Amino acid sequence: MRSIRNSSKNRLALLFGLLAIYLFLVVVPVAFTQDATDTEYRAFPKIGSRNAAWIAAQLHLLFGSFILGVPMFAVVIEYVGMRTKDKRYDKMAQEFIKLCMGAFSTTALMGGVLVFVLIWCYPKVMNKMTGIFGPTMIFYVFLFFGETFTLYLYSYGWDRMQGKVSKMWHLFLGVLLNVFGTAIMFVSNAWLTYQTSPATMDSRHKPIPLHNEETGEFIGTLWQAVNNFTWMPVNIHRLIGNVAFGGAIVGAYAAFRFLVAKTKEDKAHYDWMGYTGNFIALCGLIPLPFAGYWLGRDIYKFNQTMGINMMGSLFSWLFIIQAVMIGVLFIGANYYLWSGMTRIKGGEVYARLRPYMVGIIVICVAVWMTPRTLIATAGEKAAMGGPNHPLIGYFGLMTAKNTVVNLIILTTFLSFLFYRRSGKTPAVGWRKAGNIIISGIFGLAVAAIVTIGLIGFKVETDFRVEVLTPVQVLIALAVLILVTAIDLIMYRKAMRSSDINWGQMSDRSQYVLILLAITFTSLMGLMGYARSGLRENWHIFGVMPDTSPDAFTPLLADAVNVIAVIIVIFFALVGFIFWIGLWGDKKKAKLANLEAGNAVGDD
Amino acid sequence: MPKLSLFTKCVILFAAVWLFLEFFIGGVWSVPLPASVIGMYLGLILVAILVHVSVEDDRFREFLRPIKETLADDKRRTRCTVLFVLVPLVMLVFTFSKVSTKAEAPASVRIAHPAPPDELTYGDKVIGPIQEVENPFRHLEKDDKDAFRAHAENGRRVYYQNCFYCHGDDLDGEGHFAHGLNPLPANFQDPGIIPNFQESFFFWRISKGGPGLPPSATPWDSAMPVWEDYLTEEEIWDVIIFLSEYTGYKPRTFGEAAH
Ligand code: HEC
Repeated sequence: MRSIRNSSKNRLALLFGLLAIYLFLVVVPVAFTQDATDTEYRAFPKIGSRNAAWIAAQLHLLFGSFILGVPMFAVVIEYVGMRTKDKRYDKMAQEFIKLCMGAFSTTALMGGVLVFVLIWCYPKVMNKMTGIFGPTMIFYVFLFFGETFTLYLYSYGWDRMQGKVSKMWHLFLGVLLNVFGTAIMFVSNAWLTYQTSPATMDSRHKPIPLHNEETGEFIGTLWQAVNNFTWMPVNIHRLIGNVAFGGAIVGAYAAFRFLVAKTKEDKAHYDWMGYTGNFIALCGLIPLPFAGYWLGRDIYKFNQTMGINMMGSLFSWLFIIQAVMIGVLFIGANYYLWSGMTRIKGGEVYARLRPYMVGIIVICVAVWMTPRTLIATAGEKAAMGGPNHPLIGYFGLMTAKNTVVNLIILTTFLSFLFYRRSGKTPAVGWRKAGNIIISGIFGLAVAAIVTIGLIGFKVETDFRVEVLTPVQVLIALAVLILVTAIDLIMYRKAMRSSDINWGQMSDRSQYVLILLAITFTSLMGLMGYARSGLRENWHIFGVMPDTSPDAFTPLLADAVNVIAVIIVIFFALVGFIFWIGLWGDKKKAKLANLEAGNAVGDD
Repeated sequence: MPKLSLFTKCVILFAAVWLFLEFFIGGVWSVPLPASVIGMYLGLILVAILVHVSVEDDRFREFLRPIKETLADDKRRTRCTVLFVLVPLVMLVFTFSKVSTKAEAPASVRIAHPAPPDELTYGDKVIGPIQEVENPFRHLEKDDKDAFRAHAENGRRVYYQNCFYCHGDDLDGEGHFAHGLNPLPANFQDPGIIPNFQESFFFWRISKGGPGLPPSATPWDSAMPVWEDYLTEEEIWDVIIFLSEYTGYKPRTFGEAAH
């Protein structure tokens, strides 16, 4: 039965897989037979080399992010299913992995295209990079095989490995899959972070160049090149980002299935799945600003010029767009949580607080979005007495922005807490005291975060960056952990006064899930442009200049167009994969009907 | 008085926020906000309102009711007609106000703090990599307080002989000449300037002035003079010390706080 059910999807996966392998087979010989020294660049027809490499790289990255992110939470969900003996978790994890399988070959395909474009268009750069990173590339191929086999085993072995012992093995496979996936990403991150920051660091975290100043010759060790200045921050940032992105995409998938679902059971199932996807995305989204902050700080430390370019100069408007999008993400995620409370009787109690929470989030987002240098006409500037407004000019400073981010995160956490509590009454005697303690923790934390933020306007920047901001972050994290712990104990044996009516969600909330996925994708596209554009006219920053016609840094307006094209292609492909998945399910439903019919007939 | 509908309440809230931004913040409390900022904040308020009214089905229906009534209900015919005339008119006025020619330079997004070059120079003399060069007299702050004070005093002299015409006697960018300049002279009392940049950055800006702005800092129309033509290296470092001593803001350093 299963072979028929999955056959159309399998065949497609096979096709893509073969294509990817074929591309690799074509590309690798080309790479090795080329005498790269005499050709520096070849122009990609029509769209130009840079755009070709850009589109291929970003698509590869989006798909890669998805297939690395999904297994991380799929394993956790599978484990939860095993522990709680709730079959639904197991089924959902399996469904996630099926989506992953669908996207896997596309990822490889895009990777192949990328390598092809790079070797064809940028032979000299690739030559230099292989010169430094050659061994890691071979290692990468091994990891890739490991990833492929474990993913296939993990996915196809799912139904078979359901016994007590074999389930453990299956979980182990899932963990192994993540080990391979993470390693793959770390290795490839080494290459691109090296291009941005080709320096290692001394014990005081000051950059030491890895190239001879005169000749540009590489003088470091392979490990130094791998463990370059921005490698770890990017690794961590992407690791967390993958979880968030994976969650958002499966959330959008669930929303799509919810919207097309015909039966009540399907609606309930996909509602639940969408909820899970959003929850995962939130789990990733909350620590993401902190990881980004660390990365930004290290970029400043690596090269102040690059840092200023990023935050204050060339790319500063990009960060305003980023703030808008992150604002959309947080508002959207909260909206979804609040909508979720409508499916629980008892959620109304908390709905009364919603206007205040909307208010806090919107004010915080407003502060976050306010640029340091405002767009103003000469007349407006004269009225303000400068490009900065004497009052809201303060919003443009980092200390204000860090403060409001923490407040947004705490408010979102509160939304989640309310959601969890809806329709439940704690059975413990210290209910009142517990609530007072939790409110106290929130109150104190908010007071502390705001106070530190205000102090931040007064102190030396170095002190603020190294001490105050991390303390703010730690306070927010401490609240998350402490309150979750208290809440878990309080509600351990809680009485459920009403069940969650899965499936009773507004369609609007589902569109919000889809919006979230699109926003995440756009955000990644935008930051991809920032990460790469920061090098300006260098292939390897400060070492190997870009002398091709594409060396200029594209305007934000042009970049956004390219990113838009990428997003459209990405969602077209993802939509196609989802749609194929729908086919398989339709067949399954038909077969199930047939079987049911037969069963009746047999009686 | 009839009970206000949810829709009306929302319109009132929106208008109140606009009044608050435009006239309270922009008039009573502080100086006017640029239109771009007000537009952005109003957009956010709109989002907030829509979020709040659309979470629950009931409330959303209640919110939409007046709109539906106006469009479909026969009893609301006049209201519908008035709106159908009024709304396009408002849009017309708005569009006209946007596209009509004004005797004013258009809004520009000048990059106020462009990234400096990699190397710090004074005239043709190379001082060193901009990231590493420190103020040669900064160490006196710890080692020799009197000498440090002498440098700050010299900086004060340099400032009031050369800079205050534009940057103001209180260093707040309000010098006599300031009002004739665009871009306006920097306001060193602003918390976003001195703390965010290393001293070498200021040395670069002071020594090279407006003409030395890099390509990214279009349209290169700054009136800031090229001070390396008039001041010695020492005088430039001294005036930087004065800027930070007077305002109380410390220029950016890297990695010292953690040690
Ligand atoms: C003719 C008017 C004028 C005089 C005199 C003048 N400046 Fe400026 N200065 C400006 C203007 C206008 C700007 C802002 C535009 C820019 O950044 O170039 C500026 C910017 C600066 C900046 C950059 C601030 C930032 O935000 O990056 C520094 C530093 C500075 N001036 C220091 C000085 C010092 C020190 C003196 C005296 C030695 C001086 N200026 C004299 C007009 C002047």
